[in-house]
Amino acid sequence: MKNRKTLLAGLCGVSLLLAACGTSGSDSAGSAPGAQGFTPPKLAAMTQLGQPEGQLNVLAWPGYAENGSNDPKVNWVTPFEQQTGCKVNVKPFGTSDEAVTLMKTGQYDVVSASGDASLRLVASGDVEPVNTALVPNYNDVYPFLKNKSWNSVNNVSYGIPHGWGANVLTWRTDKVSPEPTSWSPMFDQNSPYKGKIIAYDSPIYIADAAVYLMAHQPDLGIKNPYALDDKQFNAAVDLLKKQRPQVEEYWSDYLKETQSLKSGDGTIGTAWQVTVNLAKSEGAPLQSTVPSEGATGWSDTWMVSAKSQHKTCAYKWMDYIVSPKVNAQVAEYFGEAPANSKACAEFEDKSLCDTYHANDAAYAAKIQYWTTPIPQCLDGRTDVKCKDYGDWTRAWTEIKG
Amino acid sequence: MTAVSPPSRRVSAFFHRKPRLRLGMLLSAPMLWLGLAYLGALAALFITAFWSTDVFTGKVVTDWSLDNFVTLFSDSVYRTITLRTVGIALLVTVIDAVIAFPMAFAMAKLASPRAQRLLVIAVMTPLWASYLVKAYAWRTLLSGNGVLNWLLKPFGGTGPGYGVTATVITLCYLWLPYMILPIYAGLERLPDSLVDASGDLGARTFRTFRSVILPLTFPAIVAGSIFTFSLSLGDYIAVKIVGGTSQMLGNVVYDNIGAANNLPFAATVALVPVVIMLVYLAAVRRTGALDNL
Repeated sequence: MKNRKTLLAGLCGVSLLLAACGTSGSDSAGSAPGAQGFTPPKLAAMTQLGQPEGQLNVLAWPGYAENGSNDPKVNWVTPFEQQTGCKVNVKPFGTSDEAVTLMKTGQYDVVSASGDASLRLVASGDVEPVNTALVPNYNDVYPFLKNKSWNSVNNVSYGIPHGWGANVLTWRTDKVSPEPTSWSPMFDQNSPYKGKIIAYDSPIYIADAAVYLMAHQPDLGIKNPYALDDKQFNAAVDLLKKQRPQVEEYWSDYLKETQSLKSGDGTIGTAWQVTVNLAKSEGAPLQSTVPSEGATGWSDTWMVSAKSQHKTCAYKWMDYIVSPKVNAQVAEYFGEAPANSKACAEFEDKSLCDTYHANDAAYAAKIQYWTTPIPQCLDGRTDVKCKDYGDWTRAWTEIKG
Repeated sequence: MTAVSPPSRRVSAFFHRKPRLRLGMLLSAPMLWLGLAYLGALAALFITAFWSTDVFTGKVVTDWSLDNFVTLFSDSVYRTITLRTVGIALLVTVIDAVIAFPMAFAMAKLASPRAQRLLVIAVMTPLWASYLVKAYAWRTLLSGNGVLNWLLKPFGGTGPGYGVTATVITLCYLWLPYMILPIYAGLERLPDSLVDASGDLGARTFRTFRSVILPLTFPAIVAGSIFTFSLSLGDYIAVKIVGGTSQMLGNVVYDNIGAANNLPFAATVALVPVVIMLVYLAAVRRTGALDNL
């Protein structure tokens, strides 16, 4: 009976019935919503590890759990199997939404979730809190990645940070001068790079416009680019609609963008560090920065399925994948900053840690990490309703016209 | 002779006496496939279009409503995208027909049997390469410092860049074989004697083309147009690769499934090309083009 009640409270928190339980019904829900504006289902973290179960089903971004099948030289699954006796099955996923859908099947034990997936997994009860005391390597994880809004709720940790990166501003040094220090060349209507701008093709890109507005239109009062009320949202959408005629193309495939920057079809745009490195290594004169306004970015977290039958193996995996050596291998292979502070010493190319600003808490603080926009404002406001991801998607279709 | 015939003989004899049962058994597997897998999927699509999604947990909520259709019809952006998509599909179809007809005519009527075989192979060759490779090849060709710009530069011209024009060019290239082959088949069936007879009766080349060849091969052209039109209508990859900032109906469907996880609205949008195709097929049914497929 008690379980039923907490389940009901949890459902109430996630069912988005703001009118029913968010504002007026907070007494019936029992506890106040968390900082994120929802109350996750009550699930307990593991208290102690048992015997490894011999099996582990991993749901991972491509490149996060390589077992040598793509490149025989890149294999960090086999050593783990030898150490722990947990046989690993890896399923790669292509988008955060795919990860969320697959986690609902309950067939996977751990998932490497980005911030725009993790909250949904927490809210729907598909993942459970993680007892970080059982993950020794968690001690070495950079403090600025711990207990963040995308990997914890009410200071309860829901996973182990894996790595992060920013969506940087990049430009061709031969075509763009002076060196930009702001996103203005991307959003200014009189931009000298009209028709040469490349922008990211996803509804989440609206947050990039919101980050820009935070600095340039402070009267809108945007505190979190993922918590936009009607007025703020419309301002961001308008900004992007005005940007569209100046955009050469939208990219969602980083290889497509690399090609665009290499050929000079695009001269300035939003990019991932891995794109910049790739295009530079192929001879494109590129430079990148996180402009003065800050930037959006991603931060990934390993999470444990609530329905997992192999939780000891899952904890062993989380500890293993963020261990200095392996974390360095994965980060170097994928092109992002590692989560483990000792990983930088293990990089084969030591300069990469500077490139990815791995040690740079100030740099990390400038990043607004991808988060799923939900009706409950993520910045804590309760007097207004924020736009949810469905609204964002519809607006994105409208922006592209 | 009273020897008992082997069982297989008895079975075949049994079916021989019951032609209707024989037909039923032969058709049951394909009919089951068509009924369950094909029409079943369409029916599921139609039903899903009336549902909605819980945006946060991503679950489909099976409450009936017309909200998706209201959004589809009231938001001007979907009208714009539909018109753009139909426009692109029509343009691709017309351009392909204009390019394909002389080509098919040369193959069917002018080339030697040996050259005919080689030409058919030549037309089919692009179909053996991956769609993506071909689309990306066009992306390179149309790029700012690509071959097209290099060719046009001496004449003071520039390529179209990425956008609707680039999409039309790429789709025309991709679907051209699907237009050439039906027209070729139609022209092959056209007896030479009819063309000769037209000439004997005093018709000039153009008159023969207009009064004899075109009316008789028109159903074949329409048959080809069903391919080019419907393939363009549903495409979303080419426009993603060379379309610059523009999008087609397929992109809206893709974005709603891939990014928003909103299967119901994607189903609603997906019904638009289905309806357009049904109207198109109803219109061309009378030309006899469907007998040419």
